[in-house]
Amino acid sequence: MGKRAAIVGFGQTYQRSSRKDVNGRELINEAVRSALADAELTINDIDAVVIGNMDHFEGINYVDMWSVEGSGAVMKPIMKVTTGGTTGTTIAMCAYYHVASGLFEKVLAIGWEKNSESDTTGAIITAFHPVWERPNLGGAVAGLAVEASKYMSNYKITERDGARVAARERLHALNNPYAHLHQEWMKGMKVEQIVDLLVTSEQNQVLAYPLRMSDMCPRTDGAAAAIFASEDVAEKIVPTPAWIHATTNRHNYVYLGDLDWNVNETLRDSSRKVFKKVGIKDPLKEIDVCELYLPYSYAGLKWMEDIGFCGPGEGPKLVWDGITDMDGELPVNPSGGVMSSNPIGASGLIRVGEAAIQIMRKAGARQVQKDVNFAFATGFGGCSWADVMLLGKQKPA
Amino acid sequence: MSSTEIKNIYYEGRIKVPYNWYVGEVGSRFLVNLRDNKEIWGIRCPGCKKVYVPPAKTCWECFIPNEEWVKLSDTGTIMSFTVVHYRTQAMPKRDPIIYGLIKIDGADGSFLHILGDIDPRDLAVGLKVKAVFADARSGTILDIKYFAPVYK
Amino acid sequence: MEKIAIVGLGQTKYKGSREETFDELVFEAVNLALSDAGAEIGDIDNVVTVSNDFWDGRTISSMAVTEASGAWDKDISTVEGDGIFGTLYGMMRILSGSFNSTLVVAHVKGSEGEMNLITNAMFDPIYQRALGIDATSSAALQARCYMEKTGATEEDFARVSVKNHKNAFGNPYSQLPMEISVEDVMKSRKIAEPLKLFDCSPISDGAAAVILSNKQGLKRFKKDPVWILGVGHCSDSYTLGYRDLTNTRALKNAAQRAFTMASIKDPMKELHVAELYDAYSYMELLWYEGLGLAADGKGFELIRSGATEMTGDLPVNPSGGVLSAHPVLVAGLARLIESTIQIRGEAGKRQVKGASKALAQGINGPCGQAHGIIVLGS
Repeated sequence: MGKRAAIVGFGQTYQRSSRKDVNGRELINEAVRSALADAELTINDIDAVVIGNMDHFEGINYVDMWSVEGSGAVMKPIMKVTTGGTTGTTIAMCAYYHVASGLFEKVLAIGWEKNSESDTTGAIITAFHPVWERPNLGGAVAGLAVEASKYMSNYKITERDGARVAARERLHALNNPYAHLHQEWMKGMKVEQIVDLLVTSEQNQVLAYPLRMSDMCPRTDGAAAAIFASEDVAEKIVPTPAWIHATTNRHNYVYLGDLDWNVNETLRDSSRKVFKKVGIKDPLKEIDVCELYLPYSYAGLKWMEDIGFCGPGEGPKLVWDGITDMDGELPVNPSGGVMSSNPIGASGLIRVGEAAIQIMRKAGARQVQKDVNFAFATGFGGCSWADVMLLGKQKPA
Repeated sequence: MSSTEIKNIYYEGRIKVPYNWYVGEVGSRFLVNLRDNKEIWGIRCPGCKKVYVPPAKTCWECFIPNEEWVKLSDTGTIMSFTVVHYRTQAMPKRDPIIYGLIKIDGADGSFLHILGDIDPRDLAVGLKVKAVFADARSGTILDIKYFAPVYK
Repeated sequence: MEKIAIVGLGQTKYKGSREETFDELVFEAVNLALSDAGAEIGDIDNVVTVSNDFWDGRTISSMAVTEASGAWDKDISTVEGDGIFGTLYGMMRILSGSFNSTLVVAHVKGSEGEMNLITNAMFDPIYQRALGIDATSSAALQARCYMEKTGATEEDFARVSVKNHKNAFGNPYSQLPMEISVEDVMKSRKIAEPLKLFDCSPISDGAAAVILSNKQGLKRFKKDPVWILGVGHCSDSYTLGYRDLTNTRALKNAAQRAFTMASIKDPMKELHVAELYDAYSYMELLWYEGLGLAADGKGFELIRSGATEMTGDLPVNPSGGVLSAHPVLVAGLARLIESTIQIRGEAGKRQVKGASKALAQGINGPCGQAHGIIVLGS
């Protein structure tokens, strides 16, 4: 049997549309220092490093090799994992397995992106098959618009429902100093008012129906780092480590046309698997807070159903009833989520880190007030690649 | 369908993703000095005292920030060299291109650049060289055109 | 450490250019591995693919091989780096207790991209890339440093090439079996001095896969297990010029971890065969030193002594090595596969008699910046 593992430290840079004062390596260094400071460890305490990002987004080949002078990995074991948008969560899972294997005691996981340095859409298009798909494709937005349209036609979902999610994400981000988008104009407004504005404003450009600018995530420069530690040392490092109870992922298809657009199959199956492993029968009740990788607003409705927090078509009710707000039964994305900050290679890791600090009660102004026993984090990317991780306050059995 | 063999098709493509890499403050200072002053500057680690060129914001052996800027000489010694007999689109136009690892006087480690004004038969480790700057400089590593031998 | 075994393996024939698409190559390698193991895809608990976006010419290269690697409804992840690192990760996933078996599959189609541009992209974009440096020209600089430091000659490098190309005749998967002499190497076309054509590895297409299992999972597989006795990986610094290119400290670190785990004190005596990553001829001599097979600076003496020939005390690269076939990312995994084949006694014409302990090396980054070592035993 392997070792139990927990997150004992998390750090991130302030995420901005562009960080002109640092190059990529230096950005990584900032996040690493921040995580080490959080855990009160030094780089010499780290036994191995895991890093990831999307190569074509910064035009650097063999990023693990290029980054060592900033990541502290010189003369340490290092490897790179990358799986598209899920890279951040994939990195977290990789660091978890490094520790759970018993081979390494303290492992540093690093995710980063300098989206400002490249043409993100240009790079994303290269994810698709050069002969069959690429010539027709409109980047990430197009695929998501198709999912949203199908969802709207399957159930009676409206643009207001999507906007309600966008409003929530951006309101939550106001509590998070690290998030990229701080839409101060939303402060003090009623949610219904914000939604009205979003769906009627001409400035809120429609990108690909039904998706408007406000429904999408930004492009962000940022880096994050998390320290995973084995059960042999975790509690000596922090009093309440965030234990990894279960993690799994699924990615079933290569071509967009093969997906079942009615349901996010991979997210549904991986969530079910993780809940089953831990014995969670009623996720809505038993999970206390979520950091979900929602790249666009309608995901905040539909994927709640796919994960199993509510039934098909019930996503909007969950959200409009305030259940996913900070004072609700299941706060979603206290950090503001991917829609408020999206340094792609780090976004998934930030979901895991943000879930961890909720358990560790280090989330400052964005800490949920209620007791946090279980926190659920997800990653999304590519052709419906889904990573999920369930963190808990209690040490796993 | 006929039973004649089908010849495979090759689909020619090229990925075009433009990049703008931010150099950062430390790197910018180095490149600006190349461009404006034709000077090579390094940075020293307060811990191990190593001088890095090109400069690094953090010393990765000690994992502490480097702070002290050091003006270096524009001369150095060849530590390694290679005459390249092929051309790629990545190379600046020189024929043949000769790379060198040059230990710049006052710095540690060696500095990768191009060697010029030299007959390949005269190349040797230990040769003293000096930076020759380009007339038109824009704040890139090619503001140094190449390193050329210093003959006594 | 819980014992993990290699229970299945498969590799495609390596060629300068293969007609199949890369996912077809992956499918081929996976099927070969399953058939070798006497298993079906259902016996695999999770998958680690190994690929690289630059070499594949697509972002999220991992996404493209999900179906071909049999990952439907399984956990899957992707390592970008040599297949040896993918194997290390695949092993960790079993050791964690979450899985009993892992399929690791690596692929590349070197023929589809431009090697010089792709490897130029691994150098620092601000200070070095614009100079046009690539894997070969940087290797040439390292080779010159090595000659300067140790007194090794170009003929010493040539000896490695002669040995490995000749060994390749015994390996049906290898791309370039050749009967050449030191003189042939010395006369071959100059590429980047001191490296000549026969000092350099070729461009290759191919895929390879291994199946790992713990004791619990063994019953699903028919082949006798070959056990992983020790592993280690480590990276040196990156910017070309910062580090001493003749100093093999990262390899020493990785090897030491692996040797300690495997209880090996004298690798030259205790290993029966080694498959090393000779991307360029001189590298094999450097790696002799990093592995402790030769003292620092004395790697060239080992090749001169004949000890690493097929008839010597410790045959190195009976498969023909990377000089004879270089599918990037796959090549380290191929070294692991060849080592496994040796221990199984299935190596046919390239068999080292009685081999029961072997070492496989993978590298990553320019001039062998990072190393991954796996020691295997019967």
